[in-house]
Amino acid sequence: MSNTTSEIGEFDAEATSPEQKTRSRAAQFVFWGLLLAFLAAAPFFLYPVFVMQLLCFALFAAAFNLLIGFTGLLSFGHAAFFGGAAYIAGHVLKVWGFPPILGIVSGMLFAAALGWVVGALAIRRQGIYFAMITLALAQIVYFFALQMPFTGGEDGLQGIPRGHLLGIFDLNDPFAMYYFVAAIFLVGFLAIYRIIHSPFGQVLQAIRENEPRALSLGYNVDRFKLLAFVLSAALAGLAGSTKAMVFQFASLTDAHWQMSGEVILMTLLGGMGTIFGPVVGAFIVVTLQHVLSGIGSWVQVVIGATFIACVLLFRRGIVGEIARLLRISSL
Amino acid sequence: MDPMIRLILAQGMLGLNNGVFYAMLSLGLAVIFGLLNVVNFAHGALYMLGAFLALILYSYLGTWIGMADLHIGFWPTLILAPILVACFGMLIERFLLRRLYKLDPIYSLLLTFGVTLVLQGVFINFFNASGTPYPGMPESLKGVTNLGFMMFPKYRLFVIVFSIIVCLAVWFMIERTRIGARLRAGTENPELVKAFGINVPLMVMLTFGFGTGLAGLAGVLAAPIYSVSPLMGANLIIVIFAVVVIGGMGSIMGAVVTGFALGLVEGVTKVFYAPAANTVIFLLMVIVLLVRPSGLFGRQG
Amino acid sequence: MSTATMTKPMLKIENLHAWYGESHVLHGIDLELGEGQLITLLGRNGAGRSTTLRAIMGMVDRREGSIRINGEEFLTKPPHRISPEGRIGYCPEERGIFASLNVEENLMLPPDVGEGGMSVEELFEMFPNLANVRKRMGTRLSGGEQQMLAIARILRTGSRLLLLDEITEGLAPVIVKTLGRVIRDLKSRGYTIVLVEQNFRFAAPLADRHYVIEHGKVVDVIEHDQVETSMDRLNHYLSV
Repeated sequence: MSNTTSEIGEFDAEATSPEQKTRSRAAQFVFWGLLLAFLAAAPFFLYPVFVMQLLCFALFAAAFNLLIGFTGLLSFGHAAFFGGAAYIAGHVLKVWGFPPILGIVSGMLFAAALGWVVGALAIRRQGIYFAMITLALAQIVYFFALQMPFTGGEDGLQGIPRGHLLGIFDLNDPFAMYYFVAAIFLVGFLAIYRIIHSPFGQVLQAIRENEPRALSLGYNVDRFKLLAFVLSAALAGLAGSTKAMVFQFASLTDAHWQMSGEVILMTLLGGMGTIFGPVVGAFIVVTLQHVLSGIGSWVQVVIGATFIACVLLFRRGIVGEIARLLRISSL
Repeated sequence: MDPMIRLILAQGMLGLNNGVFYAMLSLGLAVIFGLLNVVNFAHGALYMLGAFLALILYSYLGTWIGMADLHIGFWPTLILAPILVACFGMLIERFLLRRLYKLDPIYSLLLTFGVTLVLQGVFINFFNASGTPYPGMPESLKGVTNLGFMMFPKYRLFVIVFSIIVCLAVWFMIERTRIGARLRAGTENPELVKAFGINVPLMVMLTFGFGTGLAGLAGVLAAPIYSVSPLMGANLIIVIFAVVVIGGMGSIMGAVVTGFALGLVEGVTKVFYAPAANTVIFLLMVIVLLVRPSGLFGRQG
Repeated sequence: MSTATMTKPMLKIENLHAWYGESHVLHGIDLELGEGQLITLLGRNGAGRSTTLRAIMGMVDRREGSIRINGEEFLTKPPHRISPEGRIGYCPEERGIFASLNVEENLMLPPDVGEGGMSVEELFEMFPNLANVRKRMGTRLSGGEQQMLAIARILRTGSRLLLLDEITEGLAPVIVKTLGRVIRDLKSRGYTIVLVEQNFRFAAPLADRHYVIEHGKVVDVIEHDQVETSMDRLNHYLSV
C-alpha cells in the first residue's frame, strides 16, 4: 500500500547529505529569484491581465497541491471553492459595496466554510471514493450557482467593481491592480510554503506516506486531513476571489468540473508534491490555452492528451523531474 | 384516481426511465472496479460514444462511404454499437490502463478523465455541441401506450423492460455461471487465479470491454430519448459517481437497485419541488455519508 | 547428489533466486524429484519454503535460475501458462478458498490441465465432508473443510505434480490424520508431490527425501532412510 501511494510526489527518501542540502538550497534560491524577478518585471513585457490570470491560477494550483501533493488526497471538486469564492467576493464587492480586501476575505472565508463541510463529508471515505465524493459535492455548488438568483445564472455575475485599495490606490489602473494581485499571490504562496515546512505540514506528509503508521503514532489523522482540506479550500478561494476582481466577473466556468480537472492537470504537469511545480504547471496550461484559443474545442483534446501523457510518462511533473536530475528532495 | 397520485406515478415512470441509465452505468462501473480497481471516469464519455455510434450508423455512415441510402437501423445498432464501444474500451485497457495497475488508483482515474476530455473534444469538433436528434427510432416502438394512469411512450417502456432484463442477465452471469465465478475469484485474488492457469490479463481486458460495452448499450438506448450530444455523458458520470457512493461498488445487485431507485426518487422529487430534482441524488449521498459512510450495500469498514 | 540413482527428474530446480520488490528472498535453491516421488521442504518460518512454491508458480516479482519440468524450462513462461503446461496443481498457504464462491464453484474454478482428473463424485467420495456443503459459501467452511476443498480443487484438473503448502497448519489432529491418509493414497496413485510442512511428524513417514531450507538456500538434504540417524541435525534445523 505504502508502495503505491508514495508515488505521489515521490522523492528519494534517503538521508540528505550536506552537499545535497547545499544543492537544494541553491536550486530553491534560483526558483525564488526567478519567481520574484518575473513578478516584478512581467507587466512591462506581458499584458497585465494575462499575468494576473497566470498568478490566480498558480495560486489555485498551489493551494490544490497542498492536498494532493502534501496530504495525498485527490479532490476532484476544487472548482467549487475557486468559483464559489468568486461569486461571493463578486457579490459583496458589487452589491454590498465592500472594499477590495474585505471582498476578497469574504470569498476566502466562504471557501473555507464550504471546504470544512465538503472535507468533513469526503474524509468519511478513503482513496478513490474521496475523489468521487468531492466531485459530486462540487456539482451541488455548481447547480446552486446555476439556479440561485444572485449569481446571474448562465450569464454569470458581471460588472464587479475593483474599487480603491485602502481608499487610496485606484485598482482600475492596470499596474496598481497588478501589484495588488502580485502581493496577494506572494502572501498566499508564502503561506503555503510555511504550511508545508511547519510541523503540521510534516504530519500531513507522514499521512501521505503511510496513513496507518501516522494513525498508530497517535495523530488524529482525520482532523489533520480536514484542516489541510479547509486551508487548501480557503487558499483556492483566495485565488478565486482575486480572479473575480481581475476579470470583474464570476461565471459558471469557474465552478465547473472541468475547472477542477484543469487545476489537477496544472499540478500534475508541474509536479505534485513540489513547491514550485503548480506555479510552473499553471503558467504552462494557461499559456497553452491562450496560444491555442484559435483552434476552438481542439484545446480540450490537447488538454486531455496532455493528461494522458502526464499520467503515463511523466508522473513526477516538470519540477519533480528537475529535482530528480539535481538529486534533491524538495524544490 | 387522485390527481396527485397520478402525477407521482407519472413522474415516477419518467424517473425510472432515467434510473435505467443510472443502473446500467453504475453496473458497468462496479464490474470494472471489482476486477481492475479502476474507477472509469470515461464511462460517461463511452455512453456518449454509444449514442453517437447509433446516430452515425443511421445518419452519416452511408454518406461517408458513398451509399447515401444506407441507414443502419436501431435493432442492428443495438448489437453493433456496444461491440464497437467495447472494442474501443479494450484498446484503452490494453494500451493505456494496463501500465498503471501497480500505481495508486487515482492515476487510472486521471487517465480516464483525460480520455473523457479527448473524446468530448473530438465529438464537439465534428458534431454540434448542442445536440442532434436520433431519427432512427423503430416504427414498432413509436407512439404511446396506456398504462392506466398515464399515456407512456412505447419506446420508453421498452427501454425500462429491456434494461431490467439486461441487468438481471448480467447479475445472473456474474453470480451464477462459471465465467462469473472466475470473475469473482479474480476480484478476490487475481494472483491465485493466474496460478490456476486462467489468463487474468485477458480476463481483465474482456471485463473492461464488457463494462464499457454496457455503457455503449445504454448510450444506444438513450439516443432516441435525449438528443445526442458530446456532453451528454459528462454530467451523467458525476451523478453516477454519487449513485456509486450511495450504493457502494461491492455489489452488482446493489448497483442496479440503487440506480433504479435513485431515478425513481429523482422523478418523484420533481412533483414536490422541481428545482431540487437536479441535486436530490447528491443530497442523498450526503445523508448516506453521514449515516452509513460505507454505502448502502458496501462492506462496513 | 547423483541423479543416476533416480528416475528422470520430473521437477528440477537449479540456482533459483526470487525477489519480492527489492527484497531478495531466494538465494539459489537447488532441488529435484522424480515422477511419483514426494519431497518435503522443511525449515523455519520465513526461510523461503513457501516462496519456493510461489516462485515455481510465477507468483513472485522476479526470478532467476532454472525451473525445469520434464526437461522443459518454465522460468520464462507467463504465470497463467505454468499450471496447464506443467500439469501442476498448487494449494496455497492459508488454502486460498474464494469467499464469494460456493464449494462447487471453488471446486470447478481451475480449468482442466490434462486427462485423468478425478471426477466430482470421486472427490466427494474421497472427502465426504464436502459433499454435504456443496452450496455453502467459501467463507462459511471450517478450516478442515477449506483444506480438503483446496486439495480436491487441484485433483479435479488432472494435475500430476502437486505443490502443497502447509496443509496441516491449524487443523485438529483427527483432520491431520485424514490428510495423511489422503496424501499416502495420492502417492500410491502416482502423483508427484512437493510438501511444505511445519509438522515433521506428519511429513516424515510420507517423504522420499527432505530438503532443509534456511535463508533462501537448501542447507541439507536428508533421504528417507537417513532420517533416523539424522534426527539431531533435524532437531537443530527445526528448533525455534
